[in-house]
Amino acid sequence: MNRQIVQLFAFVVVLFAVLVGFTSYWSVFDAKALREENANKRPLLEQQQIERGRILAADGTVIAKSVPKGHGSSLRYVRRYPEGVLYGHPIGYSYVEEGDSEFEQFHNDELVGNESEFSSILDELRGHQQEGNDVVTNLDPTAQAVALADLEAVGFGAVVAIEPKSGRVEVMASNKPYDPNRVPHELTRLNNSTVETPLLDRATQGLYPPGSTFKVVTAAAGLESGEITPETALAAPSPLEVEGTPLQNDFNESFPPITLDTALTNSVNTWFGQLGQQVGQERLFETMEKFGFNSTPPIDLPGDQVYASGVYSEEHLLHRDDPVDVARVAIGQERLLATPLQMTMVAAAIANGGKLMKPQLWSRVVDPDGRTIERLDPSEYSQPVSERTAADLNAAMQGVVSEGTGTNAAIEGVSVAGKTGTAETPYNESCGGGSEENQAWFMGFAPAEEPRIAIAATVECTTQFGNDVAAPIFRDVAETILAGE
Amino acid sequence: MALVPVALLLTAGFTAVFAQESTRIDNASLVYGAYFLAVCVATHLYLRIRLPNADPYLFPLVALLTAFGLVMIYRIDPTLARDQANWFVLGLVLFALTIQFLRDYEVLERYRYTIAAVGLLLLLAPRLPGIGQQVNGAYLGVKLGPLAFQPAEFSKICLVVFLASYLREHREVLIVGARRVLGVTLPPLKHFGPMLVVWGASMFMLVFIRDLGSSLMFFAAFLALLYVATGRFSFVVIGMAMFLLGAWFFAATVPHVHDRVEIWLDPYAHPHKSGYQILQSIFAQADGGLFGKGFAQGMITVPGTHSALLPAAQTDTIYSLIVNELGLFGACAVILIYLLISARGFKIALLADDGFSKLLATGLTAVFAIQAFVIIGGVTRVIPLTGVTLPFISYGGSSIVANFVLLALLLLVSDRARREVTP
Repeated sequence: MNRQIVQLFAFVVVLFAVLVGFTSYWSVFDAKALREENANKRPLLEQQQIERGRILAADGTVIAKSVPKGHGSSLRYVRRYPEGVLYGHPIGYSYVEEGDSEFEQFHNDELVGNESEFSSILDELRGHQQEGNDVVTNLDPTAQAVALADLEAVGFGAVVAIEPKSGRVEVMASNKPYDPNRVPHELTRLNNSTVETPLLDRATQGLYPPGSTFKVVTAAAGLESGEITPETALAAPSPLEVEGTPLQNDFNESFPPITLDTALTNSVNTWFGQLGQQVGQERLFETMEKFGFNSTPPIDLPGDQVYASGVYSEEHLLHRDDPVDVARVAIGQERLLATPLQMTMVAAAIANGGKLMKPQLWSRVVDPDGRTIERLDPSEYSQPVSERTAADLNAAMQGVVSEGTGTNAAIEGVSVAGKTGTAETPYNESCGGGSEENQAWFMGFAPAEEPRIAIAATVECTTQFGNDVAAPIFRDVAETILAGE
Repeated sequence: MALVPVALLLTAGFTAVFAQESTRIDNASLVYGAYFLAVCVATHLYLRIRLPNADPYLFPLVALLTAFGLVMIYRIDPTLARDQANWFVLGLVLFALTIQFLRDYEVLERYRYTIAAVGLLLLLAPRLPGIGQQVNGAYLGVKLGPLAFQPAEFSKICLVVFLASYLREHREVLIVGARRVLGVTLPPLKHFGPMLVVWGASMFMLVFIRDLGSSLMFFAAFLALLYVATGRFSFVVIGMAMFLLGAWFFAATVPHVHDRVEIWLDPYAHPHKSGYQILQSIFAQADGGLFGKGFAQGMITVPGTHSALLPAAQTDTIYSLIVNELGLFGACAVILIYLLISARGFKIALLADDGFSKLLATGLTAVFAIQAFVIIGGVTRVIPLTGVTLPFISYGGSSIVANFVLLALLLLVSDRARREVTP
C-alpha cells in the first residue's frame, strides 16, 4: 500500500499547487482587472476613507467638500455640495453606492491624491497618509447663477461660456438641474425622469439641431476654401429647389445678389444653402471637424458623458463620403445635431482669431498644504480658420446684433458679435408633441474687438425665436462676466 | 530532542502573532496569548509523556494553525474569538480523552458497523424535525437545546474509521476477485455493495442535506482510501464517473445544488445577489496582492454600516481575508502548513505496520487535506463554493473539536507505528 500512499500524497501536493495557482491569479495576475470590475466597490470604499479634496469655483466658493462620519475603523467621508443645484452640472457627484460622474469622475485621481505607483510606495514606507488635493475650477459663481436662473425662467436648455484666448470654461449650466446632495436618496427617481432628465447635462450631452447658428461654420468653410470673399455677391431666390424639395427664406423673401454681411445679418437660408453646395460636403466637413465636430470635445469631463456633434444617422455619425443633403446641413438642418458646448467652441474659435483652445473646467490643483502643484496650461486644439477669415466672420456677426436678427443680445457700450438660430422641432416627443416648437439658439462673443467671453445659449421646446429667448440669456451672462472684470 | 526546535517554533509563532495583535488592541491580548501558550505547552507535555513516540511535529503545526485562526477571528470579532477559545479548550479536552482511553484503537474495528450507523445518523440529523437547521439552503446544523453543532464534521471521522476497517478486511477479495470486462477492471459484485452504499450516502447528502462540499469531501476521501487499499486505479475512475454522473443529475434537479454550480460558472450573472459572496471573495483577494494590506487593515463590512463586504468572513471566506490582509505570501504559508500536516499524516501511514492503522492514518489525513482543498478551492473559484470550514482556522466549535479528535487518532496511530520502528 505504501506506493499508493505516496501517490496519494503527490496528488494532494498537486491539489494544493492548484490552490496556490488560483490564489496567485486572483491576487496578483488578474488583480488589476478585478479592481476595475463594476461590481467591485472596494476601490471606491477605500477612497471613501481618504479625505477627498474640495472642488472650488474660480473665486474660492466651495462647490464640493468631504465631511467625516463615524470614528476609528468606521471613519469615512461623505460628499457634500453646499451650493446644491447650481453646480449639479458640470461637477457631477461622487458616492460609494451610486458611483461618480462628470467633473468628480474625471478629476478623481487629483481629488483622492493618487500618485504614481512608485511614489505611493515611498509614501507608505514613510507612513504618509494619502490625502486628496483641492481642484480649483474656472467657474464664475455669479455668472453660473445668472445663467441657471435665466434658463429656469424660460425652459429646458443650456448655457456655456468660454474665455476664447484660454479655453477656460466659466459657465456651464443645464436646466433641468438636480441637487447632487439628493443623489443617494433619489437616484432612481432622477434616472427615471424621462421628460425633465435632470441627470442629463444638456450642455455636453444635449444634441440639438443648431439651425442658423451653423451658418457661421458654412461661411467659415466658404471663406477658407476661397469659394467666396466678403465681397462676393450671390443671388438668393426663394423658394430654391434643393434635392427635390423647395428651400425657403423667412417670409419667402427673395434677395438680389448680396454679400456675406447682408446674408448673415438677415440669416438668408437659400444664400447659405447655395454656398454649402458650392463648398461641397468634403470641404464643409473638413471645416466642421476642425471646429470639433465629429469627435468628442477635448474638455476635462469623462468621454462617455460628452457627446460629439455632427450629422447623425440613428446613433451613428456620418462622414465626408456618406450621402447627406449638404445645402440643408449648411443651414443647420438635415440630421445635423450639435451640443451647446460645441457651438460655444465655434464662437470661441472665431473670437480668438481662428484658434480654438481646448475648453477646460479646471484651473489648478492645490495640495493639502496649500501649494499649487499643477496649473492649467492653455493649449490649442486646432486652427479652424485663418486670422483673416476670423476677422471677416467677426465683422459679419457684429452686423447680426447691431441691425439683424439678434438685436436682443446687444449690450450698452459694448460691441457684440453673434448669431441667432431657430430650428423648428415640431411634433417632438420630448417637447410634448406640439406643432409650434422650436429649438432657440444664440451664440456669440463680446466685446467684439477684444473678445473676453464666448457664449452659446439654447432653449428647447419653445414657441419663440432665438432672438426672443436665447439672446437675452447671452446678454445677461455676458454682462455679468464683463462687469466682474 | 526534536521537541526543542518545535517548542521554539511554537513559542516564536505565538509571540509573533500575539505581539502584532497587542500593538493594536490592549494588554488583554497578551494575557490571552500567555493562556494559549500555557494550554498548548501543557497539552504538548501530556502528549510527550503519554505518547512518547508520536510524531512530534503534528501538534505544534496544528497549534500554529489554531493560534493563527484565533487571531484572525479575534480581528474579525473579539466575542467570536472568546467562543472559539472555549471550543479550542473543549477540543483539547476531547483530544486528551481520546488519547487517554483509546490507546488500543483497534477496538474501533469491532464496532465498525455501529460507528458507520452513528456516522449516517449524524448525517441524517440535520433533516430530523425539531433539531435540524437550515443554513444558506443547506442542511448542515443540528440544534439540541443550547448546543448547536454541525454533525458532518464528526461523521467524516466515523466514515473514515468504518472504511479503513472494512477495506482492511476486504481489500484482498476486492483485488483478487476483480475481473476485467471490456478492458476495464471491475471489482467483484459481492463486495461492491459497500461501495454503492458510500456512493449512495454521498448522493444522499447532495439531495437531502444539499451540501455539495461535504459530499465531495466524503466521496473523495472514500476514493482515496479505496485506491490505497486496492491499488486499482480503475476503481477510482469508476467511482469518479459515478459521482460525476450523480452530481450532474442532481445538479440539474436539486435547485440548491444547481444554483451553486451556476454561480460558480458565472458569478457575474447576479453580482449583488447569488454571486455576491464568491465575487467579494475574489475582489478581497485582488486587493491583497503579494504582501497583503496588512493585518487588520482589510475591509470586512462596508465602513460605517453592518452590511457585509466579505460575507461569512469568519467561516467560509476566512481564506480570502487572509489573502486580503497577508497577501499571496501569507496564504502560501497557510497552504504550506496544511501541506506539512498532510505530509506528516501520510508519513504515519507509511510507517504503520498493520493494514487498519495504515488505512486509518491515510483516511484521516486525506479527509483533512481534502476539506482544506474544498473550502480554499471554493473561495478561489476552483470548484463551487460550499460551506465547509477551513480546518483549525475557521470559526466553528464542531469543526475544531472534531478535528482535534481526528488529530488524536492520527497521533495514536503514529505512536504505535514509531514504537515498532524504533524499539
